[in-house]
Amino acid sequence: MKPFTPDELRAKANQIRRRDLQAVFEAGAGHIGGEMSVTDILTALYFNVLRVAPQNPLDPNRDRLVLSKGHTACVLYVTLAERGFIPKEEITTFLQPMSRLNGHPNRTKVPGVETNTGPLGHGLPVAVGMAKAAKISGADWKTYVVTGDGEMQEGSNWEAIMAAAQFGLDNLTLIIDHNRLQQGARLADTNNLAPIAPRLEAFGWEAVEIDGHNMDEILAALSHEGRTPGKPRGIVAHTNKGHGISFMSDNVAWHHKVPNAEQYAQAMAELEEAAQ
Amino acid sequence: MNAPTDTPKLHDCRDAFVETLEALAAEDETIVAVVNDSVGSSKLGGFRDKFPDRLVNVGIAEQNMVGVGAGLANGGMIPFVTGAAPFLTGRALEQIKADVAYSETNVKLVGISSGLAYGNLGATHHSIEDFAWIRALPNIVVVAPADRIETAAAVAWAAEYEGGVFLRLSRVGVPDLLPEGHVFVPGKANSLRDGSDVTLIANGVLSHRALAAAALLDTKGISARVLNMATVRPTDADAIISAANETGAIVTCEEHTIFGGLGSAVAEVVVQNAPVPMTVLGVPGEFAPTGSANFLLDHYGMSPEGIAASAEALITRKS
Repeated sequence: MKPFTPDELRAKANQIRRRDLQAVFEAGAGHIGGEMSVTDILTALYFNVLRVAPQNPLDPNRDRLVLSKGHTACVLYVTLAERGFIPKEEITTFLQPMSRLNGHPNRTKVPGVETNTGPLGHGLPVAVGMAKAAKISGADWKTYVVTGDGEMQEGSNWEAIMAAAQFGLDNLTLIIDHNRLQQGARLADTNNLAPIAPRLEAFGWEAVEIDGHNMDEILAALSHEGRTPGKPRGIVAHTNKGHGISFMSDNVAWHHKVPNAEQYAQAMAELEEAAQ
Repeated sequence: MNAPTDTPKLHDCRDAFVETLEALAAEDETIVAVVNDSVGSSKLGGFRDKFPDRLVNVGIAEQNMVGVGAGLANGGMIPFVTGAAPFLTGRALEQIKADVAYSETNVKLVGISSGLAYGNLGATHHSIEDFAWIRALPNIVVVAPADRIETAAAVAWAAEYEGGVFLRLSRVGVPDLLPEGHVFVPGKANSLRDGSDVTLIANGVLSHRALAAAALLDTKGISARVLNMATVRPTDADAIISAANETGAIVTCEEHTIFGGLGSAVAEVVVQNAPVPMTVLGVPGEFAPTGSANFLLDHYGMSPEGIAASAEALITRKS
């Protein structure tokens, strides 16, 4: 697949947001806030950055993406469907009895999923192992992992951050979806990790800060050109929970709230207007 | 305990583990060892010297160690994730569940110094819950070898097998029980001695004690069958049902709490298929007091004399 241009990525991200919103509304459950915050990042990865092939999802030389914030599975499913890993019509089964599209992604059932996530603080250690495997075998495939910011409160992540620096994993990229909200409250009012970038740097990483909804900035940060050899890269992506939908944006109430019919209509209208 | 009269040589199964792993790694460059600083207590110094690029030391960080193991497996490696059993299993249990069992990754978990091996270091260092914890998970074969020969065979099998394995090794010396050249078959018990009045089922460091108990019972005219049941999940249901039907009574012996381990696994098969009287020997519902592993096993009624006494008492309950 030819990598998408930033304009094409913006259009695709809007399309994915609309399909995700519809799926959450129809399923009556989901994590809409964190899905809207991570959509631009996932779109850039799957439609520009990752060397993956839907026809051969287990190609040994594929790039790896781990969505550690597994509760935003729905937007991963929509993205995988748009990219051709699963049928688009299957999104209607999200959360339905016996569907393989449950609330958290399962690698044994959904092609394109690399590891089963859900409990927080799991994806980054696994991604470190992936990147280390590529180093041991001399392979040039790359590993990317997306975490939430609240998730960085898990100690297992800092175990992995130390190991990644020690191992010199410059083939590893961590993208932190820094939307400043966790399930019940603001990060700042719970266990504040901000500013995150200096903490990564203190642990021996190369850290960059971007607007996580700006495609040009996302692509530049994900690029492997100009990186510091021997250092893993941490991207602190400043995002908004519920981004693109006015009444959800940066609103802690919309972690896993489901819009009613009126709210759904308004949200969809706003996304459609943004697509113009 | 009373040693057998010919005092056989005792072996540390860790030696068989590392010798086999090094031999396999020389042939297969995807075999890697992942450790939590424990190169020495895992006896992996030789592996590190021979294959420095394939010794992945994450430091004292068990959650990360298991996650890294799952990632290495995703990247085409065969990781032997090795650490002290209490910390490998207890500290990283959710990683074992999500990253290994549920994700169905090809990770080999090697719990060193399991059971009561750390003896007088105290209950924080005892690993007498690991059968129960890991046996509750799908997709992981749980194996406690009884001697150096079975350890080597199980390690060789684990490297070939595509899927999750928990190898539960001790550091307590044990005599040879299985014949040289033994081939490990998961879920298959080995008869160490045939008998008709009662069956003793054991694994790990208990198997040779059960065999010694059978010899004591023989002097009293009691014919005891001894099954070495290294695999706790999946269990060898056929061997258990045959033991129940043919001997009418079963004593299980394990270096584990009596809640959820080998005895429970055997009982699950017995009560649903061939109910007979059973005695489950192990650590009762308490944290063990100070003492060496062998002292504690004797203390909890698992000396050969203790096992024999339990078997003798059980037989009186046969219908």
